[in-house]
Formats: sequence, structure tokens, C-alpha cells
Amino acid sequence: MIPEIGTLALLIALLLTALQAFFGLAGAYRNDAVWMRTSSIATTGVFAFVLLAFLILVRAFIEHDYSVEYVAHNSNNELPLMYRIAAVWGAHEGSLLLWVLILATWSLLVARLSGGLPDAFRARVLGTLGLVGLGFLAFTMFTSSPFTRLLPSPSDGADLNPILQDPALAAHPPMLYMGYVGTSVAFAFAVAAMLSGRMDASWSRWTRPWTVAAWMRLTLGITLGSWWAYYELGWGGWWFWDPVENASFMPWLASTALIHSLAVTEKRGLFRNWTLLLAIFAFSLSLLGTFLVRSGVLVSVHSFAADPSRGLFVLALLLFFIVGSLSLYAIRAPSLQADGGFAPVSRESFLLLNNALLVAAAGLILLGTLWPLIMDSFNLGKISVGPPYFNTVFLVPTLPLVALVAVGMHATWKRASYASKGRVLTYMALGGLALGALIAFVCYGSYGVPLTIIGFGGGFFLMASAAWEPVLRLIRRQAQTRAAVGMAVAHFGIGMFVIGVSGVASYKIEKDVSMGPGDTATIAGYTFRFDSTNDARGPNYQAREAHVSITSDGKPVADLTTQKRQFKVQSMPMTHAGITVAWNRDLFVALGDELGAGKWSLRLQYKPLVRYIWLGGVFMALGGLIAILDRRYRRSAVPVSATGEEG
Amino acid sequence: MTPRRKRLITLLAVLAGLGLATVVALKAFDSNLQYFYDPSEVSSGKAPTGRTIRVGGMVAKGSVVRAPGSLEVQFVITDFAKDVTVKYTGLLPDLFREGQGIIAHGSLRNGVFMADEVLAKHDEKYTPPEVAKSLKKRHEGVGAAAPDANGNEATSR
Repeated sequence: MIPEIGTLALLIALLLTALQAFFGLAGAYRNDAVWMRTSSIATTGVFAFVLLAFLILVRAFIEHDYSVEYVAHNSNNELPLMYRIAAVWGAHEGSLLLWVLILATWSLLVARLSGGLPDAFRARVLGTLGLVGLGFLAFTMFTSSPFTRLLPSPSDGADLNPILQDPALAAHPPMLYMGYVGTSVAFAFAVAAMLSGRMDASWSRWTRPWTVAAWMRLTLGITLGSWWAYYELGWGGWWFWDPVENASFMPWLASTALIHSLAVTEKRGLFRNWTLLLAIFAFSLSLLGTFLVRSGVLVSVHSFAADPSRGLFVLALLLFFIVGSLSLYAIRAPSLQADGGFAPVSRESFLLLNNALLVAAAGLILLGTLWPLIMDSFNLGKISVGPPYFNTVFLVPTLPLVALVAVGMHATWKRASYASKGRVLTYMALGGLALGALIAFVCYGSYGVPLTIIGFGGGFFLMASAAWEPVLRLIRRQAQTRAAVGMAVAHFGIGMFVIGVSGVASYKIEKDVSMGPGDTATIAGYTFRFDSTNDARGPNYQAREAHVSITSDGKPVADLTTQKRQFKVQSMPMTHAGITVAWNRDLFVALGDELGAGKWSLRLQYKPLVRYIWLGGVFMALGGLIAILDRRYRRSAVPVSATGEEG
Repeated sequence: MTPRRKRLITLLAVLAGLGLATVVALKAFDSNLQYFYDPSEVSSGKAPTGRTIRVGGMVAKGSVVRAPGSLEVQFVITDFAKDVTVKYTGLLPDLFREGQGIIAHGSLRNGVFMADEVLAKHDEKYTPPEVAKSLKKRHEGVGAAAPDANGNEATSR
């Protein structure tokens, strides 16, 4: 009975989103205060009913209600409680419900926290969000209901996919979805601006914190996913340019461009059209990501054709929002353009370059991701685009960006002069390169790959440049805005990320070895000794376990355990790697197969500086958080003048 | 600077950027497109020798051979019409086993496929789409399980 209440709650939520969309858009058009308030109330109702449906699904998982098909397919009596809850979003239907819940939450927050917005404007934002919600709730209800019954119900479930039984992956989808769905808020603000024909500095000031909030979640979500892939998939890579990864990375690039473009729009009133376009891009790429992951086209475009209902639905949504918003853009954008000049060397021009490079990277990654699908649909052959393509098209635009960021963040608006800072920046750049070369030759004993020293040098240059201003002000006890500190922290994080990537890419060592108990192998000065192997068991799996002790110059470093797990229900083998972490490197052992003659295959890895990749991601997100807490956004409860303050 | 000149400079910069991006993309694209071949295409000589390609099929039953204790392994992949022998040194993915659909990444040398990477998907029921399609073509309905449409499974390396 209770699951039927879940279906009912979704149905009511669907009707309420229709009301939210209609009264929001029509109310703003007619300037009818009652209609607009109705939209706002409907937003609260949508949230309440979607939350109810979500909690009912959570309950079904906790209580092992296998009469619900989705639970039967994704849970099991032996599955620990934590993963039973994470299993709610472990597969298609539940993750869509999570998508809708997060959209409802964002909408509620916009309705409640934007007291300073003009009523008509807020109604248009809520109306647009209502349209998005309507599409996705209908998608959930009609193609992917999580409450479908399975009768007669089995006594036990088919279990959650073992690779998803992990703490980082429990947190990854909610975080990523908050980012994905958060781009819809920026999109709704853009649509509202185009509908109302009004786009001034206060528009950017309202839009910025929401966009940064979404961007921050997206950053954390991607970072978590990368970290998870590193240790859970068992083979020590941190990014594979898998289409599913690209699906999350393209919206990130677009929203990174967007938050920078928004800065120009807020401070100088420029790039308005471009900002609108980026908001549309970021949201469209999020929808595209959802389409790619959810439609089955990645498995095969033909499997999509075989069961087209889900894919077609998302494709229709995608087309509706892209065509709709771009048409609106074509009609309205010209009237929103403002003219204002800036010198070739100015903060504006640096941010313009930043945008061009980020969008170029996103576009080229999009090409590489979609090309195999296009070739396949026209039966032009089965191809795949190799990681080297993505590495190239990502590195070529973003490597110059590192230096541009380091220099550009000290540029002033309109016309920048480097008379005072040019010398210091030059020293920082040269110092960074020198430090990079020193680390390469002294710590790692070789120049690595051609880009190693440039990578290290660029990373150090950016970190120094980012830290300079806040540290100086701290020493002089000068006040500084949170926005400025946030920017510095995020850019510092990029520096850390670049250094981490350079270190891993240049000096990682991976070695597959055949070892029996008592055998040793040495990589990067660390001696790995295969001590023993035995059977082990976990809550829902059995495992073959190997113990490996690591020494360096005879001194013990770590004792690692690695397992080859055999999950009972899905009878699926999985490698669990043993990893030891230090500030400057990871050591990594993964157990392979029994080779006969008492030997086992093992993969040994040395991953220098790998932690800075994820730490850099965390710093970027942290910088975003600090920037949102800036005072000027909190004044939004009070109507703000269009001219605004400097800061 | 007049707005007109500014616009011209912006336009030129954008065009230069686009041009550069296109050149880079095409170059990287050209050298990184990896074509997929099935064992029948390899046997009939359609697959190029020496160039990096991907070959996929079912691991033939009883074909996995390795000297005890050695990392070198040799096996046969089949589309039930023709076979290809694959040689690989290193760790095989978790789901590698006889009867499982796999994709090998490497190049052909003297009719033997020298793999530098072997991929199997993280799902029991899963057959790589290229393999499923080729099996269907070569031998209607032999063991080509329906591909999983979930999109959640990740490639195991």
C-alpha cells in the first residue's frame, strides 16, 4: 500500500509543478500578484510531495520491501544499511527521483531566499524551473517509476552492483546531481532575463551565488567520482575520458566559463549575451549528460533504438529546452546588449580569453564524446576516440589558461597596468619554473615528459600568484572581501591540481608482476614483499586476500592488504586495492589472478603527488563556498540599486 | 580605440582561436580514432597491420594458455565464424574469463594480435556492444546477451 502512496505523491507533485510553471510564467506575463504567489506556494508543495515519495522509496529499501521491483533489483538482505540507503540512487529510476528531489529543493530555495527579487522576475524563474521539473517528473512517472510492483515478490533481492558499494560513491551522485540540476537555476535566471528584457547588474548579482553554488557541487561531485574510480575500480587511474565522465565534465567547463562571464556582467555590464548563452550551454550540457547516461546510447546507439521510450523522452526534453531557449535568445538577446569599451589588456580581456579557451575545450571534448555515436548511427564503422585525443584537446587550451589566470587575476577592470605588479609576477613565473625544474631533477631525477617542468612551474606560479594578495593583506591587517579570498583559494586549488597531474603523468610507475609468498619486487625505491595469502569474508562477499609489506632502504613503510572479492549474489569478482598514502605519493597494490606454480599476478604502482589532484578539487569548491558567503550577496533581502558597489 | 576596431580585433582573435582549435582537434582526432574489427574481418585481412586497433569477441572455451607462474597469456577470441589469437602480458580484468565477451586494444603482428590492454565490462550479463553486434551478424543469436542499458557500469582495466 505504501509504495502506491509514493506513486500518488509523485502524481500530485506532477500536477503541482504544472501549476508552478503555468502560474509563474502566466502570472508574470499578466503581472497578477495572486497568480505569482500561487506559483510560489506550488513550489513548496512540489518539494513536500517529492520528498514524501523519496522517503517512501528509502523506507522500502530499509524495510527490504521486495514487492517493489526497483528494490528487488538493487538491494539484498545482506546489504548493509548504509548501502541500502545509497542504493536508492544506485540505478536509473531512483537516481531520477533524486534528480527531481534536488530540483525541487533548488526551486524551494529560490522561492524562499530571494526576497530581494522583483516579484515578476522571481515568478518567471520559478515558472521556468517548473517547466524543467514538469519534464523530469513526467519522465520519472511515465517511463521510469521507482514504485512499480513486482508480484509475486521475491524473498531476497538481486543486490546492488558491487562497484557501487562504497562510501565515496554513496555521496557522489547526490553531489553531482546538485551541480547538474543547479545549472537549471542559472538557466531559469537567464530565461527570466530574456522574457522580461531586463538584465542589469543586480541580475548578475542574484544569479552569481546560485551559479557558484551549483558549480561548487559539480566540482566536488567530479572530484569524488575521480577519487572513487582511482581506488574502487582497482587499477589506479584517476580519469579515463569515459563518456560518462565527460558528461559531467562538459557542464563543469561551461559553468566555470559562466561564473567568470557573470563577473564581467556584474561589474561592467558587458558580455551579457555571452553570459546568457553560457547559461543555456551549461544547462543543455547537463541535460545532454543526463541523456547520454540514461538513454543507453553509450552502450550502443542501437540499444537505444531497441528500447527508445526513455532515450526519446530525454531527447525530446533536450530539444525542447535547447530550441526554446535559443529561439528566445535569438529574439531577445540583441536588445539586451550593452556597449562599453575595454582595453586589450584588462580584466575583461583576460576573462574573455578564459571563456574562449574553456568553451573550446568543452566543444572539443563534446566532439570526441559524440563522434563514435554519430559514426555508429550512420553505420560508418565502429570507432572509439582514444584518451590521447582528449588529453591533447584538453591540454592545449587549458595549459595557457594556467598562466593567463595567474596574470589575469591581478588585472584591473577597463585597462590594466602592470607597472606595479609586473615585476613581481615575472619573478613568480621564473621562480615557479626554477622550482619546477629543481623538483623534477632533484626529487625525481629526470625532466620527465616535455611538459613536466612547464606543468610544475605553471602550478607553482599560479599558487604563488593566487596567494600573494590575500597573504599581503593579512600581514598588513587590511580588510578583504570574501569574494576576493574565495577567488584566490579556488585559483590556488587549480595550481595544486596542475602540480598533481604533472607529477602523476610524469613520474608514475606501474608494474605488473608475478609473485609468490616470500617474493619481492622493487619500484621507485620501494620494495614490495608478498608475505602471505589467505581466504577472507565480508558481509556479502568472500575474498582471496594477499598481504604485502613495503619497505624503503630496509625501513618498514606500510603493510597493505589487497583482495579479490567474489560477491555472492551477483557472482561478480572485484579487486579491492591496498593503498598507502603519504604527502608526496601513494603506493598501490592490486591482486590479480592465481597464475599457477604458487604465483599470483599483482599490479604495483607508485603514484607521486596524486593526492593534490583531488585536494585541488576540494580547494576549488572551498573557494566557491567562501565567495558565496560574500557580504554583498547577503544584502539581497534589501532591494539593491542597479549600480552596486565595488568589491 | 574605436568600438569598430575593437570588434575587429575581437573577431580576429576569435577566428584565430577557432582555427587553432580546429587544427589541433583534427590532428589529435586523426591519430586517435581507433577502429573496431571482429575476428572475421581480421582473418580476411581487412584489419591493418601495425596500427593500433581494437578487436573483440568471445574468449573461446579452453583457449586460455599460460606457462605456470608467468604473466604472459595467450587466448583465442572468436565470433563463431573465425578466430584470432591474442597475446597479452599483465593483469587481466576481473571479469575476464572463457566465454566472456571482451575487447582487446593493440596491434596485429604476423596474424597474432598483440594486446596492450584487455577490457571487460563490470557486469556479468554484459557483452561489449561491438562484440554483440558482430556476433549477431556472424551467427544469428549465439550468446549475444542483451546489452545492459543502465550506463552505470564502468570499464575494468
